[in-house]
Amino acid sequence: MRFSIPVFPGSNCDHDCEYVVREVMGQPVEMVWHKDTDLKNPDCVVVPGGFSYGDYLRTGAIARFSPIMKSVADFAAKGGLVIGICNGFQILCEAGLLPGALIRNKGLQFLCQSVYIKVEETDTPFTNTCQKGQVLKIPIAHGEGNYFIDPAGFQKLKDNHQIVVRYCDVKGNATAESNPNGSLDNIAGICNEKRNVFGLMPHPDRSGEDMLGSHDGKFIWKSILASTVVTK
Amino acid sequence: MSWHVSVYVTLKPSVMDPQGATVQRALNQMGYKAVQSVRMGKFTELEFEGGLSEADVKKQANEICDKLLANPNIEAYRFTMEKK
Repeated sequence: MRFSIPVFPGSNCDHDCEYVVREVMGQPVEMVWHKDTDLKNPDCVVVPGGFSYGDYLRTGAIARFSPIMKSVADFAAKGGLVIGICNGFQILCEAGLLPGALIRNKGLQFLCQSVYIKVEETDTPFTNTCQKGQVLKIPIAHGEGNYFIDPAGFQKLKDNHQIVVRYCDVKGNATAESNPNGSLDNIAGICNEKRNVFGLMPHPDRSGEDMLGSHDGKFIWKSILASTVVTK
Repeated sequence: MSWHVSVYVTLKPSVMDPQGATVQRALNQMGYKAVQSVRMGKFTELEFEGGLSEADVKKQANEICDKLLANPNIEAYRFTMEKK
């Protein structure tokens, strides 16, 4: 399976994504500069974390206007798989490829820690090797990860089963205490209606090996490889 | 001649503003007990050159806010225009 990773000025998890896909999962990867428009024919696009454009204005707000994002939107519209991690999630929301927005963490602090997330939906190309309710230990590192959507949008997310992962405790209870950033309904990651675009604040790119404290991120990458949605 | 446009972007009332809440607590601790709410926003100044009509400047400023300066999911905006 071919992966492409758009690189923006200020991306800093592009190499984490490249490493996990190439070295841990053994898949070919193309790094694509944000000013290019050619995605290099991928099966899956990984929009990486970091601080694109220094987080100026709003996180992801400027990156969404990079030339490569038009290609990512076209690719997604054709059913191609797109996963956005952390700043990548913020960019996908700003670009309108995912609903809602990520605002300042409730406690204002930048959070860099391991969290537990519960897999709520397994019929997505990104979670199909997980069990429903499975708890994954995956790190977060963000200052603006507080997911917000208006009540109508929230209802739509629930009706369409788009809430894919939620913050929880080690036993899988999505409690207020286990919500690190104040996200609405403990939302850690969502997909679009067509289920081919997925964004999440936790980093499966930084949790592919036990050496890093957890290999649970591999469930996400294994799911992508196992998914039957191949664009070409 | 130019147009000076002052844009105010604010969080919608329904959106949590942890930064504003923290500033409010600080103000209360400083003794300003009457301050009941603080909402933080963004202020942007735009200078338009080239003798555009008022209607054109207004149209462009609206587009700029819709496309980039404000995120309609969470923010509202308003602006004032001044001929210089």
